[in-house]
Amino acid sequence: MGQKVFDTAPAAFADLAAKGVLRDGMTILVGGFGLCGIPEHLILALRDSGVKDLTCVSNNAGVDDWGLGLLLQTRQIRKMISSYVGENATFEKQFLSGELEVEFNPQGTLAERLRAGGAGIPAFYTATGAGTLVAEGKDTREFYRPGEAPGGATVPGRGYAGRVMKDGPSPVRLDQAEPREYVMETGLYGDLALVKAHQADPFGNLVYRKTARNFNPMMATAAAFVIAEVDEMVPLGALDADAIHTPGSYVDRVVRTVSVKRIEQRTTRVP
Amino acid sequence: MPLTRDQLAVRASKELRDGYIVNLGIGIPTLVANHVPKGMDVWLQSENGLLGIGPFPTEAEVDADLINAGKQTVTARTGASYFSSSDSFAMIRGGHIDLCILGAMQVSQGGDLANWMIPGKMVKGMGGAMDLVAGVKRVVVVMEHTAKGQTKVVKECSLPLTGKRCVDLLITDLCVLEMDRAAKRFVLKELAPGVSIEDVKTNTAAEIVVPANVGVVAV
Repeated sequence: MGQKVFDTAPAAFADLAAKGVLRDGMTILVGGFGLCGIPEHLILALRDSGVKDLTCVSNNAGVDDWGLGLLLQTRQIRKMISSYVGENATFEKQFLSGELEVEFNPQGTLAERLRAGGAGIPAFYTATGAGTLVAEGKDTREFYRPGEAPGGATVPGRGYAGRVMKDGPSPVRLDQAEPREYVMETGLYGDLALVKAHQADPFGNLVYRKTARNFNPMMATAAAFVIAEVDEMVPLGALDADAIHTPGSYVDRVVRTVSVKRIEQRTTRVP
Repeated sequence: MPLTRDQLAVRASKELRDGYIVNLGIGIPTLVANHVPKGMDVWLQSENGLLGIGPFPTEAEVDADLINAGKQTVTARTGASYFSSSDSFAMIRGGHIDLCILGAMQVSQGGDLANWMIPGKMVKGMGGAMDLVAGVKRVVVVMEHTAKGQTKVVKECSLPLTGKRCVDLLITDLCVLEMDRAAKRFVLKELAPGVSIEDVKTNTAAEIVVPANVGVVAV
């Protein structure tokens, strides 16, 4: 087991260009939902590395002066794959001027594409986005809902998993069921993933905290090189093996940082 | 009198049932949380990975790691659980959420919904809306009937769709329309107090079914 723990984000980035991990035109997965659970210091180190023409996969694009918004300001990002990018004027300006390419994915499709990519699944079908712009140019096919074609398993001679066969006998319970349209989406895999967790041990086992988990666990499985930024380092054996969210084998490097954890909408009640 | 934002939320809250797992969209739908009937146990899901949203935190309870899908700080109720985005959307897409309430820019007579994009103008993205309308058991839309003098209840949506034939119930400031799946048209169920069938027809481009008996929204 090589040394995974680094003292600072810049230290964790120092040899990445020389190793060929960091290069212009690469695809980088960045965890977080809004500014919650983003790898703040890794994003700063990525900016300072000067790498450019990036494709960034991240649910959002940060705000103008924090998170991935920082890399938009420096024009290091060529393309974003995201589900929602409000709250960022720089983004809107660069997108409307054609400088920045954007691929909108429904949030669940984005999450599932990452999960699939990490699990070695090249493609899957989902009902999300059927009949919308999202489905344009994609393969579509009719299936019964899994719950309406029970068993889900192969029905000999009748296709598989409730797929609608154009000719021949139908699967099951068809008197009530209506087939519906599904869209084929592909698995997503990155060259590098930057994730944020709460705790890590020296092997790279990760535990996330509350809603800061969001996209981080899937991203940690879906890239060739994975760096995690964490609030706390604990000794090997200190984490409950039953409660580890990301097994350490997925993680190449770990950095402990003190995060700012900026809040976008501070809403409170009077006690 | 058209319904106010709060009255819209009150009407939408009548769709809640004891034990329901519910996802509320941003805007008026969020207000529905303030009108959960007393004694009814409803679990609110937030698509960023929380089942069991609690009230907003006190200043002392604010936790940057605990937000809702609108990026507002929240709390988690007793019995709540946290999970990843893929688990969250498995819950949504797999049909494990009973009800979602969301806003709209346009709804068509066949139940198509548009609420995520105005080409060349608004480019924020669909977030989780396409997943919610594709996977949640019952989809309720709450919106104003018209915007800038234009009806939002149209024959066909001119804006890019969020989902096709996905709206089960449409609550506007003028009326409540329920989708008849067989007829593929909305049926006028209730009128806002003081609003006439003529008012609804004047402000609606969609073909709707008007039955002999139409109720009044209880506000």
